[in-house]
Amino acid sequence: MELMKITDVYKTYDLGDIKVPVLKGVSLTIATGEMVALMGVSGSGKSTLMNILGCLDRPTSGSYWLDGQEVSALSIDKRALVRNAKIGFVFQSFNLLARTSALENVAMPLSYTAVDMSEREGRKRAAEMLKRMGLGDRMDHEPSQLSGGQQQRVAIARALVNHPPLLLADEPTGNLDSRTSQEVLQMFQQLNTAEGITVILVTHDPDVARHAKRVIHIKDGVIEADAAAAAVLAGAHAGGAQP
Amino acid sequence: MRMFRTLRTAFRALRRNTLRAALTTLGIVIGIAAVIAMMEIGNGSSSAIRRTIESMGANILLIMPGQAASGGVSFGAGSIMTLTAADAEAVARDCPALGVVAPVVRVRTQVVYGHNNWVPMSIYGTTPDFLEVRDWTNLDEGGPFSEQDVRNASKVCLLGQTLVRELFAGESPVGKEVRVQSVSFKVVGVLSRKGANMMGQDQDDILLAPWTTIKYRVSGTSATTVNQSASSASSTVNSLNQLYPGAAGGLYPVPSTTQAADTPLPVRFANVDQLMAAANSQEEIPAAIEQMTDVLHERHRIKPGQPDDFIIRDMTEMTKALSSTTVLMTKLLLCVAMISLVVGGVGIMNIMLVSVTERTREIGLRMAVGARPRDILRQFLVEAVVLCLAGGTMGIGLGRASSLMVTAFLKWPTEASVPAIVAAVFVSAAVGMTFGFYPAWKASRLDPIEALRYE
Repeated sequence: MELMKITDVYKTYDLGDIKVPVLKGVSLTIATGEMVALMGVSGSGKSTLMNILGCLDRPTSGSYWLDGQEVSALSIDKRALVRNAKIGFVFQSFNLLARTSALENVAMPLSYTAVDMSEREGRKRAAEMLKRMGLGDRMDHEPSQLSGGQQQRVAIARALVNHPPLLLADEPTGNLDSRTSQEVLQMFQQLNTAEGITVILVTHDPDVARHAKRVIHIKDGVIEADAAAAAVLAGAHAGGAQP
Repeated sequence: MRMFRTLRTAFRALRRNTLRAALTTLGIVIGIAAVIAMMEIGNGSSSAIRRTIESMGANILLIMPGQAASGGVSFGAGSIMTLTAADAEAVARDCPALGVVAPVVRVRTQVVYGHNNWVPMSIYGTTPDFLEVRDWTNLDEGGPFSEQDVRNASKVCLLGQTLVRELFAGESPVGKEVRVQSVSFKVVGVLSRKGANMMGQDQDDILLAPWTTIKYRVSGTSATTVNQSASSASSTVNSLNQLYPGAAGGLYPVPSTTQAADTPLPVRFANVDQLMAAANSQEEIPAAIEQMTDVLHERHRIKPGQPDDFIIRDMTEMTKALSSTTVLMTKLLLCVAMISLVVGGVGIMNIMLVSVTERTREIGLRMAVGARPRDILRQFLVEAVVLCLAGGTMGIGLGRASSLMVTAFLKWPTEASVPAIVAAVFVSAAVGMTFGFYPAWKASRLDPIEALRYE
C-alpha cells in the first residue's frame, strides 16, 4: 500500500530577478513500511525535497499525496495538523527544549493535537515512549544532563508520541559518534521492522544509507537513482571512482 | 482546557529564565504601583478637600422668599413673605437628599454688654439645626440652645468670636446677659472661630438666638421687609406710600386706637427670612433642589406654569472651583503614572522580541511538530500577559504598601480605591496584549524551515 506519492514536483525559489529551480520534476512513490534513505550532496535539492515531504514547504507545481490526502495545496494551518498527526521529525541537532524535562519534551507535540488529550494521559503516553526508547529512568532529566545518543532517543520518542505513520529523520546521526550512531540507526531499523513505521533517512553518508532498504539519490534536482540499497550504493561508489 | 495548557506552557517558558522575567516585569510593577499609589493619594486628598469644602458650606442651599413686583418694579428677594418655619420642618421631613434644614430670621441692630456696644454683621434667629447646617457644632464654650428654647422664645443666645472680643474683652461671656435692642439675652455658648468666608465677610461676627425670640421679641417683623418708607410713615408724610406696598398696612384694616388698645393683635406672622439647608453631600445637591422645589410647590399651592414664590440658591461655583483643582491634580499624577506604565510596556515588548529571537529554533520545532501560527501567537501573547499580570499583582501590593507608608510617615490622607485596583488588573493585561502582540505576531510569522536552521 502506498503511503506517499509525489508526482512531477517542481520547486523554484523566486529571488526577485532570478528564479532558481531546485527541484525539476521529481516523482516518487513510497509504500507503507519502507525504510528509505534520501541521499545527495548539499545543493542537490535533497533538503528541499525533504521539506516538501515533511509538509513544511509547498511545491511550486506537482502533487503530493500523503496517506490518501492531497497535501500540496493545503493551507498553513491544515499542513500543521498533517505534520502533527502523520509525520515525526528527527533532527540532526536534536532540537530539544532546554531546561525542560525529557518527559515534557516528549509530551510537547500532544499539546498541538487536534483531539484534546488530558494532561495525565499525555504524560502517560510520553512515559511509555521514553521507556520504549530505553530511557525509563531518565524521564526527569533535562537535555543538558543527557548524552548525545540519549538526547536523540528523546527526540525519537517525541517524534513517535503521536503514532505517526511516517518518520522523517534529517541527518539523525550527524552529531553523534559512530557507536551511538549505530545504536540510533538500529533503533530506526527496529521501529521499521517491528512496528511497520515508514522511515525516511535524509543523509549524505553512505554508511548511514546502508541501513535503509532502498536508496534514492538526488542530484541537481532530479532523481538520479532509485533502487535497493546495495545496488545504488555500489553504483555511487563506482560512479565516485570513475572521474 | 486548551487555555489552561497554554498558560502552563507560558509559566514553564518563563520559569526557564526567572531572573529575566522578574526584571522585565519590574517596569510594570513600578508603573502599576505608581498608578495605585497616585490614585490612593489623589482620592485621599480629594476627599480631605471635599470635607474642608463641606465645612465651608459648599453643600449649603439657601431658600429665599420670592420677589414681589408691582407695576413692573421688582422689590428684591424677600419682599413677599412666603416661607415659614413649618416649611422648614416639611422640607426637612420630606426631602431625603437633605440632611438638616434651619429657618433663619435676620435683624441688624445693636448689641450691648455693660458699657460696650457693637453692631454685628448678622443676628440670626434660627433653630439648633442651624449649627449642623453650617457644620458649627463644636462650640468653644457652653452649649447650644434647645428646641424647647425655640418653642418658648427663650431669651438665650450664642455669640461669635468677634462679638465676644468686642464686647467682653477677655471675660467669659457664658452666663452673662447682653441686650439686643433693649431685650436682654442670656449667653449660653460661644461659637468656634470660622474666620472670613469666600467673599471676605467675617463669619464670626454673629449672634444666634431662637428664631421665635428674634422674630417676636426683637424685630417684631421680618428684617428684610422693613420697608424704610413704611416704617417712617407714622412720623413723616410719604405720598409714595400709597403706590408701594408697605408693611401690614394694605392687608388688614387699620384698627382704631381703642380697638388696638382693647385687642392686642392676635395674628402672628410665622414667616421667616430664609431657610438654610444642607444637602447630605455635594453629589445630592441637584436632587435636594428638585425635592425641595416639589415640596414647596405643594405647600404653597403653586400650579405648574405659575412662577415660584421662592428662590433656591446653591454654592455650585465654589464647589466646582475647589473640587476641579483636586480632580485636575489627580489626573495629572495619573498621567505621569501612565507614562511609566507605557515605559514598562515597552520594556516587555523589548524582552519579548529578544525572547522570540532567542527561541527561534524552539518556534521552528513547535511548528514542525504541528503548532499552527495561531498557537505560536497565543503562546507568546499569553506569556506577555502573564508577565504583565504578575507585574500588575505585585504592583498593586507595592502601591498599597507605599500609600500606607505615605500615610504613616508623611501623614497624607490616602484612601484605598477598589476601582483603581480593578483598573490596574485590566490595564496590566491590556499592556501585555498591546506590547506583547507585535513580538508574538513576529514569532507566528516565522518560516519553520528558516527557524529550524537558525543558529
